[in-house]
Parts: sequence; C-alpha cells; structure tokens
Amino acid sequence: MSDLNLLNRVRAFIDTEADMLDFEEYNAWLDLWTDNGVYVVPIDPKETDFANTLNYAYDKAEMRKLRVARLQSGEAVSTQTTEKTVRQLGRFRILAESDTHVEVRCSMYLSECRHGNLKTYPADVTYKLLKADDEFRIDEKVIRLQNSDAYLSSIGYIL
Amino acid sequence: MTDMIDIKPVVADYDSMIKPDKVHSSLYSNPEIYEEELDKIFNNTWVWVGHESEVPDVGSYKTAMIGRHSVIVSRDRKKNLHVLLNRCRHRAATVCEGKKGKTKSFMCPYHGWGYSLDGALRAVPKPEEYEGVFDKSEYPLVSLRFETYQGLIFATFKEDLEPLEDFLGGAKKWIDLFIKQGGGYPLKVLGDHRFRFPGNWKIQLENTTDAYHFPIVHKSFVSSVDDQTAEVFDFLDGEGFVEDLGNGHSVMVMIPELVDLEEDLDAPIPERFQALAEELAAEGHSDLEVRRLVRAVGGSGFNLNLFPNVACSMAFFRTLVPISVNETEIHHVALGGEGAPAAFNQMRIRLHEHFQGPMGFGTPDDAEAWERVQKGSHAGTEEWILLNRGQENLSTSPDGNVAGAVCSETGMRAAYQQWKKMMTA
Ligand code: FES
Ligand SMILES: [Fe+2]
Repeated sequence: MSDLNLLNRVRAFIDTEADMLDFEEYNAWLDLWTDNGVYVVPIDPKETDFANTLNYAYDKAEMRKLRVARLQSGEAVSTQTTEKTVRQLGRFRILAESDTHVEVRCSMYLSECRHGNLKTYPADVTYKLLKADDEFRIDEKVIRLQNSDAYLSSIGYIL
Repeated sequence: MTDMIDIKPVVADYDSMIKPDKVHSSLYSNPEIYEEELDKIFNNTWVWVGHESEVPDVGSYKTAMIGRHSVIVSRDRKKNLHVLLNRCRHRAATVCEGKKGKTKSFMCPYHGWGYSLDGALRAVPKPEEYEGVFDKSEYPLVSLRFETYQGLIFATFKEDLEPLEDFLGGAKKWIDLFIKQGGGYPLKVLGDHRFRFPGNWKIQLENTTDAYHFPIVHKSFVSSVDDQTAEVFDFLDGEGFVEDLGNGHSVMVMIPELVDLEEDLDAPIPERFQALAEELAAEGHSDLEVRRLVRAVGGSGFNLNLFPNVACSMAFFRTLVPISVNETEIHHVALGGEGAPAAFNQMRIRLHEHFQGPMGFGTPDDAEAWERVQKGSHAGTEEWILLNRGQENLSTSPDGNVAGAVCSETGMRAAYQQWKKMMTA
C-alpha cells in the first residue's frame, strides 16, 4: 500500500507541474527544481551521457531561467504564435526509490496549436525527484519525444 | 523532312523573373519551377552530402539527400569513401534507413540482395534463375562522383562537371579559415538538429547571408547573453561586409575580429569563456593552448554560403534539404575538435543548443519569419521579393570581388544570379 501512496503523491506532483506549464506559471515552475537539476530533451532516445552530447535542450538552473525569461519577454516572435499547450501525462511507473530520491517514468501527450494548426508530440518522460520533506523537487527531467531522432518543428514553449 | 529537335518546354521565362535587384514571388511557390530546380540545379552541381568525420571508421555510413535522390555515404574496408544511390538494383527498395550508423554490408530487405560497403553486389538468394541472365558485377549500387575539400564531401550526378576546387573557387579561403575552429584539433561533427519549416528552400538559402534580420528576429537571444557578448553580436554598424565569391557562393563577415581564429591569441579572454579558460588551465593545458581553444570555442565571425545547399555558418554547418516547393528540412550540424578537451567540446555543444535547433533561442524565431515569408509571398499576383539593399554602395574587395555592407543583400544577389544561370542553361 505504501507504494500506491508514493505513486499517488508522485502523480499529483507531476500533474501540478504539467498544469503550471500549460497555464504558463513559469516562475512557479522554476521553483519546483533543485539547484543542480537538469532539464533535457535528447535527440537520440537511447542517449544517457547528456552532458557530452548534443540535445535539443540541456538546461541547468541558469538556462531554465533564461528560457522562461525569453518566453515571458514577448521579444521572441515564435513564442507569440503558439496558443496554449495541452498535455496529458499517464502510465506512471516508479522505476526506483531510495531514501532521498524517486525515479519515475510516464508518458506524455502534448498538443500545441500554432497558426491554427494542431500538432501532437508524444513522449516518454522520466523524472528523478528529490524527496524534500513532504514534497518533491525535480533533480532531472528527460523528455524523449517519439520523433526526436527524425525532425521536429519549432517548439516555442517548455515541454 | 527536317530532324525533330527535342526541346523541353520552358517552365517559365526566368530572364524576366530574376532581375539584378529583385526576384519574382512565384520562385517560392510554383511547383513546376521547383521540379525544374531539382533537375537543373540539384542534379547538375556539387551538392554537400556530409563531413568526413561523420563516417570515421570502416563500416561507418550516413544517409543524405541530393535533391530528390537518397544517397549513402559509406567507408569501405580499405577506408575509402563512397557515395552510393540508396536504391537496390533489383526493384528499387532502399537498402539503408536511418541517419547514420555502422554496418558490414547493405542488405536489401525485399529479396535479400546483399551489397558490400563499396556498393558491389555480393550475393543474391537463389541465384540459379539468374544464370546466363547477368553477372553480379553488372549490378553494383550506383556510385556517384564525389570530391572532398578540407573534409567536406560533395557529390554530383554530372560526370563532366568542373573539379570541386574550381567550383568552390574563392570560397576555399573561407573554408580554410572556418576549419580552424577545432582549436588546434581536426574538425569533428558532434551531432545535428533537424527541423522542417513550411517554406521554400531558397528562403533558407537567403537567410544565411541576411545580417539585416539579426537584431530584430534574434532580440530574445541577444537579451539572454551577457553585455559583452551582446556587443559582439551588435554588428550591423561595424566593419563587416558581404562578398560575392562567384558561382553563387558568398561570405558575410559579421565579426571581423573573429575571421582568423589563429590570430590575436593574446586578446583578452571574454567574460563568458573565463570559467572555461580556468578549467582548461587547471587540467594542465598550457597558456597558449588555453588561448587557442578559448578563441576557437565560439566559432568564426562569418557565414560562408555555398550554393546550393550548405553553409559554414559561424560555428556549425547548416544544410538544407528541399522537401517540396513549400517545405524544407534544415540540419544544424554541431562541430567540435576530434580529441579536444571534453570541456571545450561541451562548451561548443552548449553554445549550439543555446541558439540552434527547434528549441534554441534563435532558430524558432528564424523559422517563424520564414514561414511568414512563404505565406505572405502568395499574396498578390505580380509581386516581387526585393534584393536591392546596399546595391548602390558596392566596392571591390582585396580579393577582387564585389563587396557590400554587412547587411547588404549582396550574397542573395550572388545566389540568384547563379540560380538563373543554371536554370537557363
Ligand atoms: S528490390 Fe532489392 S532485392 Fe528485390
Ligand atoms: Fe537568424
């Protein structure tokens, strides 16, 4: 039963994160992270050495802040033409648990609407969450887009 | 009775559509012109297919497109390169899928013909029925002519085309400068970003030599870097220039101080690379080596546009693949140094991610602008795309080329003159 309890807490946390991103509460989203947390969108879904390979995004704290600032500034024309995103996360599975961390994998279906065109990005997402009192903090989030190894279009938001 | 002369119907009157100072909008949207471009340009010139570091070992291969043709670049057992049509000689199935990899041979999935890395047909299942029909030596994968310059591989369908080095001509000097960004190590491909945008390929071709858009489209990128770096990218009023290098090629020098990365090694280390310099020094690299690496890490201060499909663009290769008249795939190929310190290559990768690719702080805004160009270009019936910026402010460069200001449209005019030459040949 304790497993289901953990799963529920993890789901609640990740759903909240998803909601923040869909509703553009980016500053609150920044606070979900640990200081050393890394946000990664790899190209090769099998890659594990993110630091030494080219990714679509590899954001530590500073880059996450800059990415959010770019979205909020209104200076980037590509971020102005995407209507809000809608994402659904499911298929949650706890991959590992230690005293300090929980590792979770789930699926994500995200749709965007740019210039009136609806487009879907399915992805596998893994999280390494730091247990922080009753809460979690994101230590690593890796978004493996289903078509990452082929080609994408501009993505003017946060996956 | 006179002989019939086979004259291919002319799709359009290109002389009237390409003026020295403007081109007709239908060049972006007419599907017949697009098909003719694939025949007359992409089938008829040197087309970039990769860099040697992408196929480093025996058995390495990568796939590429030459216009509508899928090709394989492979390295055989003797380490020789080949550029092969990706098409089984039996009934045409592709023999290789995916971007790159390593293999011992190419096996057709349909009836199992097997080809070696040099394209030779090695085995066919149940050969009896071919007895007396053909010999395997008659059906290797079709091999294309290719030549390399400084590791850049170009292939062509045209057997009697001028040598690659003649075609590159004035661009060679700039390629020589560009490859110095390995920081003393051989240039190496570290991966690529691939994305498509709904627009004609020439919109991308133009953009590589368009400095004019930078402060507008890339405002959010400039806001994301430190003041010193922002100043470096504030180049429109600087000493930069665009030079027409002939054969449709051009160079746009945005940051003249970063043309030769082996010069000025004692220049102060920029703020944003201070930590890298310290890390390299702590690893035991000499002061000279640290300075060489740091000077190279941000790339060259120019974009070299090579007609028709590749650019040596500051710190990366930018290649374009026409998909249809109104869709283009772009690859932003990240570069580093083979055997260079990990910290150097990591920094180059992070800089690439910062600006390039579908999630970079720069590329998505370019793509948005290009999409709008394609859309807008359909409006009106007799409208033109202007290329006349800076045309009254030209000079002759020390190399004897036509040159204009850094934000002139000199490079685009050069590309379209080559386009016209090839389309009317
Ligand atoms: S099509 Fe390749 S073996 Fe038949
Ligand atoms: Fe740009």
